Amino acid sequence: MTSEVADPVEASEIAPAADPGFLQRHGGTIEYILIPGAALVGALGVFGVFVALFGKNPLDLYFYMYQGAYGTWFSWQNTLTRAAPLILTALCTALPAQLGMVIIGGEGALLVGALSATAVALSMQWAPPLAVQLGMAAAGMIGGGLWIMLAGALRQYRGVNETISSLLLVYIALAILNHLVEGVMRDPSSLNKPSTRSIGAANMLGSIPGTDVHWGLVYGILAATASYILIYHTTFGFAARVAGGNIRAAKIVGLAVGKLILTICFLAGAAAGLAGMVEVAAVQGQTNANLAAGYGFTGILVAFLARQNPLAVIPVAILLGGISASGGLLQRRLGLPDASVQVLQGIIFVFVLASDALYGRIGFLKARS
Amino acid sequence: MADGTIGLWTVPLAVFGGAIRVSTPFLFVSLGECITERSGRINLGLEGTLVMGAMSAYGISYLTGSPWLGVLAAGVTGALLGALHAGICSLPRVNDVAVGIALMLFGTGLAFYLGKPLIEPTAARLPAIDFGWWSDIAQVRAALQINALFLIGVVLAPILYWAFKTTRWGLLIRTAGESSDAAKAMGYSVLGIRLRATMVGGFLAGIGGSFLSLFYPGSWNEGLSSGQGITAVALVIFARWDPMLCLWASLAFGGAAALGPALQSVGVTSGYHLFNAAPYILTLAIMIITCSPKRTLTGAPAELSITR
Repeated sequence: MTSEVADPVEASEIAPAADPGFLQRHGGTIEYILIPGAALVGALGVFGVFVALFGKNPLDLYFYMYQGAYGTWFSWQNTLTRAAPLILTALCTALPAQLGMVIIGGEGALLVGALSATAVALSMQWAPPLAVQLGMAAAGMIGGGLWIMLAGALRQYRGVNETISSLLLVYIALAILNHLVEGVMRDPSSLNKPSTRSIGAANMLGSIPGTDVHWGLVYGILAATASYILIYHTTFGFAARVAGGNIRAAKIVGLAVGKLILTICFLAGAAAGLAGMVEVAAVQGQTNANLAAGYGFTGILVAFLARQNPLAVIPVAILLGGISASGGLLQRRLGLPDASVQVLQGIIFVFVLASDALYGRIGFLKARS
Repeated sequence: MADGTIGLWTVPLAVFGGAIRVSTPFLFVSLGECITERSGRINLGLEGTLVMGAMSAYGISYLTGSPWLGVLAAGVTGALLGALHAGICSLPRVNDVAVGIALMLFGTGLAFYLGKPLIEPTAARLPAIDFGWWSDIAQVRAALQINALFLIGVVLAPILYWAFKTTRWGLLIRTAGESSDAAKAMGYSVLGIRLRATMVGGFLAGIGGSFLSLFYPGSWNEGLSSGQGITAVALVIFARWDPMLCLWASLAFGGAAALGPALQSVGVTSGYHLFNAAPYILTLAIMIITCSPKRTLTGAPAELSITR
């Protein structure tokens, strides 16, 4: 568990030996794919052993996981539908990470975003659907953005640790949601499961033509791409990365660190808030406790597995969306508890973090000097 | 609950009783985390440890019929998770905050996985010591049903305070937390000290979890702990890494957490969820008041990544 040996076979697949110096020249990039890949394979192996202890065949496990995630067109659509909120909640961790901040409160921003979007939709019932959807998106982003900006402001102006405050804000958001959904925003006809009124079928986000995947996936991909450009191709992003690398140097060269923190945290929360809006407008149609499905927490894992790179978040979200999509099949065919997806995610997370120790240590990728 | 004989006094009484009952997991987790953080490492995974402890205590108590064996099993489970945390953090360039988040997800996932068959059966619960025998009032008696684990925790706090101050072990842990170079120069293994400190911290957090499933609320389900572990970690920060302050803070938290159920018992149901969020709001408020961007916190171990 402590050390992860890189698989040489995999390396040759990724990088065919084009010229002798190829591995050395692209060593850094290859490492970013090889090491998380190897960590993933190791985690799947350990999970296989884990289910084998309960008398299940690991090969069946891998087969059904593949089937449930990518085996059919139906499972692909399920996977992509789950990937959409994961891309957005992962950005909630990946963007502040550029500043060296560890924000783990994406779930809270998602809930606040969902709540604000629902409130706007319910008060705009007279408007045409497009206006309602735009209003919902704006409300979700502002709600979620302010929520995480609060954690950023507390860090900047009061020195409160943002990891702990953002997690506490998740529980506070959940309490507010339950309070409103069981109180003033409750639809009196929702008896067993308190919910708000429906936002109206006409106002729902549709599917991407030819699929059952909703438009949230496109929102996610656009947000991730925009974040990538912002971080790696603008002065603002450069300043953020400087501040993340060395905060004292950033202050010495006169960067407005406080402004950077607040802006980045707002954008991060806005992404997660948009995920909440998408879950309301494309999946649930209303707000209730179902929204706290853990997308915010899985998003943290996505961000770490993608090494906080906004563009790498997209494929990783599809990967983990696949794992969570296969949960149902594992439950039906292998009789595994629904928490098995969570266990696997936990093992992957542990392996990915432990594999951080490997960077710069793989012999054949080192530059010869 | 409210029979009207003591009227609104039910609320402060229930808060008092709740403070004792609800504070116990906070107390154990914060004392454990206090030891770990004093050694220079932060373990955010204690939320997962708490849930794993609750699950394993319930399972062992159900299988053996002995709740105290369950408590022990919870402690051992916690120590193992602590060892896992410390082991991964010993690797170069691995961030302890991130490992804590990973173990939080892993611990809760594993507990839900293994605990699935435990939701139905009823396990033997920890007995309560009846301190309210002198009273005729039912609420007073209920409030004074105190569990032995609470008393152990209350005794443990001054012992830890004393141990940090005067014993060799306390000094070693503090040295590792203040300056790993100094500990190295004295010929001690910093990683070894932190491993042991994290394991002891996990042991205590596991016991805190056993209280949840074996005494109050006293059953195993997936909603057993929502953030109590992480609240306790935050609590250590404003308790300034002082075990005695951890004790007082835990009691304050228990009282805050008992407010919602206490008000509900006298018929105040509006705002129930908001009152349930009181411990989180209180934690955040106290962190806002006590932290400062200008200076590092007094009493903070210098090696701790979270305060640097």
